[in-house]
Amino acid sequence: MAQLLQQAFSNDLFILALKLGFLLMLLPATLVLGWVELKLGAHMQHRLGPMYPGGFHGWAQTLADGIKFVLKENIIPLAADKFVFALVPFITMLGAALIFVVIPAGPNLVIEDLQVGAFYVLAASSIGVIGVLMAGWSSANKYSYMGALRAAAQLIAYELPLVLTVAAVAMLAGSLSLVDIVEAQGPNSATGLWIPFLFYQFLGFPVYVAAATAELTRPPFDMPVAEAELITGAFTEYTGIRFAFSFFAVEYISMIGLAALGAVLFFGGYLPPIPALDFVPGIFWLLLKTAIILFLLIWMRWTFPRLREDQLQKFAWKFLIPLSLVNIFVTGLIKLSPLA
Amino acid sequence: MNENLPSPNGSGDPRKYKRTTFGVGLLKGLGITFRHLISPAVTVEYPDETDKPPPRSRGVIALKTENCTVCMLCARECPCWCIYIDGHKETRKEGKRSKKHNILDRFAIDYAICMYCGICVEVCPFDALFWSGEFEYAEHDITGLTHEMERLNQWMYSVLPPEVLDEGAEGPEVKSASQGEG
Repeated sequence: MAQLLQQAFSNDLFILALKLGFLLMLLPATLVLGWVELKLGAHMQHRLGPMYPGGFHGWAQTLADGIKFVLKENIIPLAADKFVFALVPFITMLGAALIFVVIPAGPNLVIEDLQVGAFYVLAASSIGVIGVLMAGWSSANKYSYMGALRAAAQLIAYELPLVLTVAAVAMLAGSLSLVDIVEAQGPNSATGLWIPFLFYQFLGFPVYVAAATAELTRPPFDMPVAEAELITGAFTEYTGIRFAFSFFAVEYISMIGLAALGAVLFFGGYLPPIPALDFVPGIFWLLLKTAIILFLLIWMRWTFPRLREDQLQKFAWKFLIPLSLVNIFVTGLIKLSPLA
Repeated sequence: MNENLPSPNGSGDPRKYKRTTFGVGLLKGLGITFRHLISPAVTVEYPDETDKPPPRSRGVIALKTENCTVCMLCARECPCWCIYIDGHKETRKEGKRSKKHNILDRFAIDYAICMYCGICVEVCPFDALFWSGEFEYAEHDITGLTHEMERLNQWMYSVLPPEVLDEGAEGPEVKSASQGEG
């Protein structure tokens, strides 16, 4: 048996299948996260949310929604650029799924431990913008186009604070590889204490959460989507499974991706909070920390009202970016001090 | 006067409002939503459990057939034109004189059209129309929402007696027929 396992794990195709299987697991994860969001949002408004589908607290609601989307008519507008229009779900999904390639669930449990991991994540998460722009342009609809342009403006503005906070973490760790970043949060050789970077990045973490929410175009930064007046922005013309994929699935997958990245950068990824809990597998800690950040994102969504377009830009350029620059300066001081 | 408060004519300078430290308001908001998250939901899962509406809710309009004189006031005042009344006159001998009476043939309310304003109940001079708290009369067929006389009369069982007047309040304006001017 052991030999068979060894043989299997040395087989490249088997490893590739495993990695693809891991990425495919993201689809059911979106259903779970969607349901959690429905329920949390409902309870924050003293409602119950879905209760019937599936029996237990409506657990199958998002599954039923998914099936409904599959069965719906797939409409391509007459004036649309059909090839580009059909390509969009793939592009946006690509941008969302590529993040997971470098998220480590253990020292060796990672699809690819790239040396430029943090840089790669930021690059990959920007691919989605191209998808959104393509969607807005190819739909031949003014609402879509407005939404796409707003999305592009917003993502450019919020990419900067995101990059700067990740840069601060990379400064602390002295590496761009996400495995190295996690390991740098491990036991300090001098004190023996496990200190996650959240301790040093008390400025960086809020900026990261704000910038990540804006990257996801989730409330309160959902101006590009703006259901009320832009009718989901760039995806106005999308229907059926294309809409579900390029909008819902991508939103939740990138949400999980950015939350997992936040867990890796600030919460110490797969490391347990205290050394005594070392026997619990690292993937559990990663999932737990990811879930905490996901809860934070959902919590913010149901609390804050949407920012106006100009407030959104002001918030990014006049507040978040200076703050993240200050954060880099503070991080530099910490790096020079005997603390680190 | 507290200068932090907006002036009543709305010309207050927003720059003079008291400002809290940036982020405190955001945290307060998060605190509120979290408190509501852990407090129980108020939803009543209707078909499975039934909430009792307040006793004098406006559920359905009941008709006391005997009191109706086919005066048509309700049908004429109804803003939705959802009341249908048919009647005819009959001449009856009372002693030496013959007197004409209105006989009600049909009284129907189409609840698909009714907007539950209650003007008919207010306007009825002979206390023939009442509010009832019953609300479970949904139908699969829209024509079933037109309640005819018999059905409207059946709602009377759920009509509550009139509320006791406050002490010192004026009595009802309408004199009963027995007291008459004669």
